[in-house]
Amino acid sequence: MNKTVDSPDAAIAGISDNMVLGLGGFGLCGIPENSISALIRSGVKGLTCISNNAGVDDFGIGLMLQSKQVKKMISSYVGENAEFERQLLSGELEVDLIPQGTLATRLMAAGYGMPAIFTPAGVGTEIAKGKESRIFGEKEYLLEYAFDIDYSIVKAWKGDEYGNLIFRKTSRNFNPLIAMAGKITIAEVEEMVPAGELDPDHIHLPGIYVHRIFQGSNYEKRIEQRTVRQRN
Amino acid sequence: MLDKNGIAKRIAKEVKDGYYVNLGIGIPTLVANYIPEGLNVVLQSENGLLGIGPFPFEGEEDADLINAGKQTITTLPGSAFFDSAMSFGMIRAGKVDLTILGAMEVSENGDIANWKIPGKMVKGMGGAMDLVASAKNIIVAMQHVNKAGESKLLPTCSLPLTGIKCVKKIVTELAVLSVLPEGGFQLLERAPGVSVDQIKSATAGKLIIEGEIPEMTI
Repeated sequence: MNKTVDSPDAAIAGISDNMVLGLGGFGLCGIPENSISALIRSGVKGLTCISNNAGVDDFGIGLMLQSKQVKKMISSYVGENAEFERQLLSGELEVDLIPQGTLATRLMAAGYGMPAIFTPAGVGTEIAKGKESRIFGEKEYLLEYAFDIDYSIVKAWKGDEYGNLIFRKTSRNFNPLIAMAGKITIAEVEEMVPAGELDPDHIHLPGIYVHRIFQGSNYEKRIEQRTVRQRN
Repeated sequence: MLDKNGIAKRIAKEVKDGYYVNLGIGIPTLVANYIPEGLNVVLQSENGLLGIGPFPFEGEEDADLINAGKQTITTLPGSAFFDSAMSFGMIRAGKVDLTILGAMEVSENGDIANWKIPGKMVKGMGGAMDLVASAKNIIVAMQHVNKAGESKLLPTCSLPLTGIKCVKKIVTELAVLSVLPEGGFQLLERAPGVSVDQIKSATAGKLIIEGEIPEMTI
């Protein structure tokens, strides 16, 4: 069960115009840097990208916006991105903003084989418009559907040839959920290890959800808001 | 009248021993600086961490370790990481005891607006709608009036809502108020040097004043 591919370019083979992609990460933390570069090299266009955020102007999904490959973003927060704003205001880009927990749980539902979830997030607000709702107990919940994703792309810390993944610190964020939701899932890792080296008890995402895996390189791991305290 | 740190200091008094707390961006983040020593409190970051520690020392920043405001942070003994679905799962399930967040407007029935201003670029609600829809106890930290001098405590919100009937308490530079289940802002405390009349004139929604209103201690 060797799912290893040689390069990010080989990993993204089959991704074509107008597909729906899921991309892991929170802000710039835990984003699949190598795969994003490969997508830009591929020139694929008209993509719908499901990702909590849209990167910054010169990094992450922001780079795919610069190269005008994204038709629609489905995110919970898209600040800090001037090109995003320009394309949105000019009508080049569509955006669907959804609550962060709803986003996470719609991904989880896809990975768990559930068609939909009920969540209280957004009840009584404009995002509830046109949505089915139901009362459980005394509280109202919105019906939200599982995502349908063609290709999911995630970044993990360690992985093996079976696709088993371990994430590091808060770079886990949306990565396992995005990975679970893809019809085909691509994982890039900082460190590929032989099968057997990862303790099965420590695996965050079992390889059954991963179809292609590769050893990434030259990670920049850019920090969006560097905050420090002074030593006294 | 309180400054931002004063508001944070007053809210810190609402944090009890054993609480799991989610702090929003802005003034709420400052609350962490004023939680009394000796209280056992765990801060939740909705990107997937329980046990937010202080900012790292220069040179010790870790790109893989950030809070929901994307700032570099540290962990503490007892911290735990998890994915975003579990993070909002614990929020939805009511495991987080206290949520503190900012607002543009709050209505007298506890509705909150804090994510969108028509005509301005919309950045998104992030986790705010999930938090306000599920949290058991929500305290809003905000200025009593906006930059135009208009009250942010209203009969009904004019901005698009983030959630309905959810805010329990509000701390501003002028006052501490609770939102009553039957509607209305009950004045609980005045900020140092602030009169009841000042609070009255800054509050557009129904203000309920019963007896002497004490000056807050911080």
